[in-house]
Amino acid sequence: MNILYDAKLDGELQHTDKADVLADLQRAAPDLTLLHREEDLRPFECDGLSAYRVLPMLVVLPETLEQVETLMKRCRALGVPVVTRGAGTGLSGGALPLEQGVLLVMSRFNRILEVDPDARIARLQPGVRNLAISEAAAPYGLYYAPDPSSQIACSIGGNVAENAGGVHCLKYGLTVHNVMKVEVITIEGERMTLGSEALDAPGLDLLALFTGSEGMLGVVTEITVKLLPKPETAKVLMASFDDVEKAGRAVGDIIAAGIIPGGLEMMDKLAIRAAEDFVKAGYPVEAEAILLCELDGVEADVNDDCATVRQVLEKAGATGIQQARDDAERATFWAGRKNAFPAVGRMSPDYYCMDGTIPRRELPRVLKGIADMSEAYGLRVANVFHAGDGNMHPLILFDANRPGELEQAEALGGKILELCVEVGGSITGEHGVGREKINQMCAQFNPGELTTFHAVKAAFDPDRLLNPGKNIPTLARCAEFGAMHVHNNELPHPELPRF
Amino acid sequence: MAQTRPQPTDQDTSDALGEAVRRAAAEGSPLRIVGGDTKAFYGRPVAGETLSTRAHRGITYYDPVELIVSVRSGTPLAELEATLAENGQMLGCEPPHFGTDATVGGMVATGLSGPRRPWAGSVRDFVLGTRVITHQGQQQRFGGEVMKNVAGYDLSRLMVGAQGTLGLITEVSLKVLPRPGASHSLRLEMPLAEAQTKLAEWGRLPMPITAAAWHDQALHLRLEGGPSSVAATRERLGGEDLDAAFWTALREQTLDFFSRDDERALWRLALPHNTPSLALEGVEEADILHDWAGTQRWLRSDLPAAKLREACARAGGHATCLGSREGPGQVEPFMPLEPVVAKYHRNVKAQLDPQGIFNPGRLYAEL
Repeated sequence: MNILYDAKLDGELQHTDKADVLADLQRAAPDLTLLHREEDLRPFECDGLSAYRVLPMLVVLPETLEQVETLMKRCRALGVPVVTRGAGTGLSGGALPLEQGVLLVMSRFNRILEVDPDARIARLQPGVRNLAISEAAAPYGLYYAPDPSSQIACSIGGNVAENAGGVHCLKYGLTVHNVMKVEVITIEGERMTLGSEALDAPGLDLLALFTGSEGMLGVVTEITVKLLPKPETAKVLMASFDDVEKAGRAVGDIIAAGIIPGGLEMMDKLAIRAAEDFVKAGYPVEAEAILLCELDGVEADVNDDCATVRQVLEKAGATGIQQARDDAERATFWAGRKNAFPAVGRMSPDYYCMDGTIPRRELPRVLKGIADMSEAYGLRVANVFHAGDGNMHPLILFDANRPGELEQAEALGGKILELCVEVGGSITGEHGVGREKINQMCAQFNPGELTTFHAVKAAFDPDRLLNPGKNIPTLARCAEFGAMHVHNNELPHPELPRF
Repeated sequence: MAQTRPQPTDQDTSDALGEAVRRAAAEGSPLRIVGGDTKAFYGRPVAGETLSTRAHRGITYYDPVELIVSVRSGTPLAELEATLAENGQMLGCEPPHFGTDATVGGMVATGLSGPRRPWAGSVRDFVLGTRVITHQGQQQRFGGEVMKNVAGYDLSRLMVGAQGTLGLITEVSLKVLPRPGASHSLRLEMPLAEAQTKLAEWGRLPMPITAAAWHDQALHLRLEGGPSSVAATRERLGGEDLDAAFWTALREQTLDFFSRDDERALWRLALPHNTPSLALEGVEEADILHDWAGTQRWLRSDLPAAKLREACARAGGHATCLGSREGPGQVEPFMPLEPVVAKYHRNVKAQLDPQGIFNPGRLYAEL
């Protein structure tokens, strides 16, 4: 399956001459850093989805808002598509360049403009790294809640574009719940403010619409986020199970006990072994599954909750329960989980990370389905799971040097996502659609719904110049791709067995 | 589905609603969409044929263990809340009803949240998915019954607070929360300035506060969380016990402050955390009730709208008029938008409601 831009399926792009565009931009913005030689463009040919690479026509690295405005106005006048890129850590190819397009790199907008501890907000340029926000807020006892695994490298602008999540979403929400205001430059080069430093803003909630819109509606140039007081304490329990299903049920039991953990993660045997080999986190390698349950808040409540969760886990049939004795051990427990991806990477030349969400009750069925498909495709799958919020990250192990294996891995990944949709879930919980899951969108949404998405796009970018080909497939692509569309959980031919 | 019993009143009338929308679109005749019609005061009057969602009711999915409920829009809010309460759960946004007929659809369309909002989140924050009838009369589904879902544009949250101007909401999926283990409300007599200082200080600490309002020379607080932390904080803060009914009266605007006998306009000021008192000409301390730790202030005043709005905008906020002596339509309820933002509002409306049939003019004259 090739996911590169295909004009036949994704829409014709206007052909422009590179030298003309370069000359035009140099004339309009003489101080703007423009890269145009192949060796300079090469580092920008892909984002975190590195299996796919395209050299952009030009790379621009603006330093002022005026340069961004000028760039947008000229690109619109010339009919040149603009793909915006933050830190380039995205896993869905949202910042995959276009041969006929300009890659707008926002990394030079990297200043923390303000931290206001009394109003509990931080005002940021889009290139600020996620973790740097919490570091800047730490002296005031505050932090920024969303913590994607890539938080040391990923930028807040990219987080807004993808509506990034992390391991603490169930309790503290996604990016959309933690951003208060954004400044935007439109494709017409206009500036506008969406949201407010107050808790709401008049009019339609365009801030929510822009969050997760993958750079398709405008360019975000400044972000105001809310900061939270750091919890007084955090404790983590690790429970092992001899059966994945029991672990899955234990997750529901914890929630049913009225507890919302700060983090609730599950790993299966393959992921446990990989992580243990890599970071020596003290994981029980004989277990079929482990749960990591972090409880945070006021000390007295956390102690009560730890006792409750321990009882719940015992009742759910855990074969072992360990509470981290101190912060150092807590960090070790988490190190295994946070390094699960690179750990799995050591077991196999390549891996492909999926990002489906499911209603938690469907976990046993989906894990069974994945195991069956893994066998059918002859590719191993390690499962890492944000269990609290139903977000699965199956990691498909493969070797790209073996002919056909990448295609097999992608086909298996696609099947896993379709299974997620079939059980009432989604093809992406936090990584975004980008280019990677453009075909699976046809399984999650029907042509009418896709048409509505295109109508929203047309309200902001009627000429389809902002990141064309990402996020929302054309109806032509869906017709060609022919994915089974599952709507309202009503399958065509329900009499046929499926996984 | 667990823990819910179908009610005899449950029924799915979405096909009939779709047909009504198709007819309106074909004739180009505007619709005035209503649920319980309890929040008509919030927004501009709509001239159109009334289309009620009230018959379209019932909980279609609820599994307390998943923390998710899906509800048809005509379902009475009270019915939903009672079902959640039976299962030890609640709507985190604590929505106001403004009448026994209030529906879930009205809650989502207006997006109004209660005293818990600054700590737990707004209606929009708890919406996971919506089913909507579009201008073509099609039933479409956005978001869904999962906690995390970033596929496509977030149309579900766009519908929240859009007041029915973009489509007819037939069903919503919401994240729900467990009820707190302990709750205690208290009243601390103190001047406004001291309350503001305290709230700024407490806001930076992990305190179990879920409501804070300054009114009548006292700070009213609600402490919620685990029994241990609520007991310890209660011990530390002291003060007099406060009946929890205060929060309901505040939310439903039945405190004396909101009395209809007061002929001055009622304004809602939304302001950033830690905004000092606005210097407003002729406004006395008693004319303002500070809710949401001071980020939502209710004001009784006949100051000109432009003047008031300018003061709020300077502070980084905005002002909404909930009723003035001149009667509906005399003062724009919602703060006028910046020209570029207004342009994209019109573009979105033109794309999603090209015939202008969905609650035209409810938010702004041109929408």
